[in-house]
Amino acid sequence: MSTHLAAGSTRPTMPDELLRLDGVAMHYGKGETSVMALSGIDLTVSRGELVAIMGASGSGKSTLLTIAGGLTQPTSGEVVIEGQWLSDLPSAQIAVLRRRTLGFVFQDFNLIPTLTALENVTLPLELDGWPRRKTRTAGLDALAAVGLKDRAQRFPDDLSGGQQQRVAIARAIVGTRRLILADEPTGALDSATGEGVLRMLRDRVDAGAGGILVTHDARHAAWADRIVFLRDGRIVDEHVRDHPESLLAGRRTT
Amino acid sequence: MSVRQSLLAILNQGPCYGYQLRTEFDRRTGSIWPLNVGQIYNTLDRLERDGLVAKGDTDDHGHVYYQITDAGHTEVTSWLSSPVVRSAAARDELAIKLAIAVTLPGVDISEVIQVQRRGSLRTLQDLTKTKNASGEPESAGDLAWQLVVDSLIFAAEAEVRWLDHSEARLARASAAGLMAPMQLKLEPPKRGRPVRAAADNDAQVAGSR
Repeated sequence: MSTHLAAGSTRPTMPDELLRLDGVAMHYGKGETSVMALSGIDLTVSRGELVAIMGASGSGKSTLLTIAGGLTQPTSGEVVIEGQWLSDLPSAQIAVLRRRTLGFVFQDFNLIPTLTALENVTLPLELDGWPRRKTRTAGLDALAAVGLKDRAQRFPDDLSGGQQQRVAIARAIVGTRRLILADEPTGALDSATGEGVLRMLRDRVDAGAGGILVTHDARHAAWADRIVFLRDGRIVDEHVRDHPESLLAGRRTT
Repeated sequence: MSVRQSLLAILNQGPCYGYQLRTEFDRRTGSIWPLNVGQIYNTLDRLERDGLVAKGDTDDHGHVYYQITDAGHTEVTSWLSSPVVRSAAARDELAIKLAIAVTLPGVDISEVIQVQRRGSLRTLQDLTKTKNASGEPESAGDLAWQLVVDSLIFAAEAEVRWLDHSEARLARASAAGLMAPMQLKLEPPKRGRPVRAAADNDAQVAGSR
């Protein structure tokens, strides 16, 4: 659970820890007109763990995600990805780390329409200079993991919304990437399709990835191991799932 | 009450004895609301009193079979073809708690909401985990169970959304200075019907003539 240490403190790195935020704060603007978007955020994500971030609009959910992904630099505090302090790294190296370790999934899929599903998935590997054959194998593996190997040569327009989002998840986990950062990934999908995407995300995390799921929907957040609640840029509550199956007595022996 | 109609709908499939009805009810509702045999027999007594079932044969094991009557059959048809209407005035423990809390001095209402949200989210997580562990339904019984779990999931979600909404509403009210707690009234409360409600009633009665 969250321990409130001062910004810049160095908590020990746990062996399974993928991501850690230490006393992260974000202010926009300076002086009297400065707006606080995040304050005192301590958060860790380990392998095999899905953390949901909930909160009203403007509570700082999406800002938190872009900071966790190294897209935005916090005003203060530390972001540590697999033991590397982002503040120690030059921006070129942060870009490499992002490419190799992190995968983003957005509400509107963000696939490139002129590339096939496979090309979309392998793009980060190509940018990283992987050899062609290895890239292709990794891309097909990632598509297989989301049940879309047979759609590898399709273009995004030929795929349903749910399939496009699964391609985006494949892109987020391709190669060595193991931290999935998802911002309302089911927002554009109907309820049943959205559930399929969450199931896929859950499966990838159970297979050893780590994930952050930003959502305003309690039913989606319930897929996570931990739900962190933001209000006005601060974590107001955080709880871990425990004692499952305790609610429904006597079920499923058939 | 739905247990009564459910048992009647099962009896509409053929005569059953008490314990058998209990098993049938369980497997058709995912065993989520287990009934005890006492409830079953009480319900059967009342159904018999109302002429909806009749006591039939007793088998070699001493099981007394109950059989649906024509009136019972009509009742089942009518149940299935009409909506379940929940009384708007049915007591909601949580709504009452929040309503009372908002009138009390020294209560941090946002903390009350957050504590509840934590509890409701935990319920939602547990239900989701339980549902996800079950896989695809393989029988009508599985399907019945999943429908019930879905219903509990949606109810828990609605609770969380209502809490979000209440929190936003209270924040606005607080900003508008409406959050002063109620004091106890010192004059003795008037007995009988409130004057305004009585006047409204009269108007209604007059209007309906």
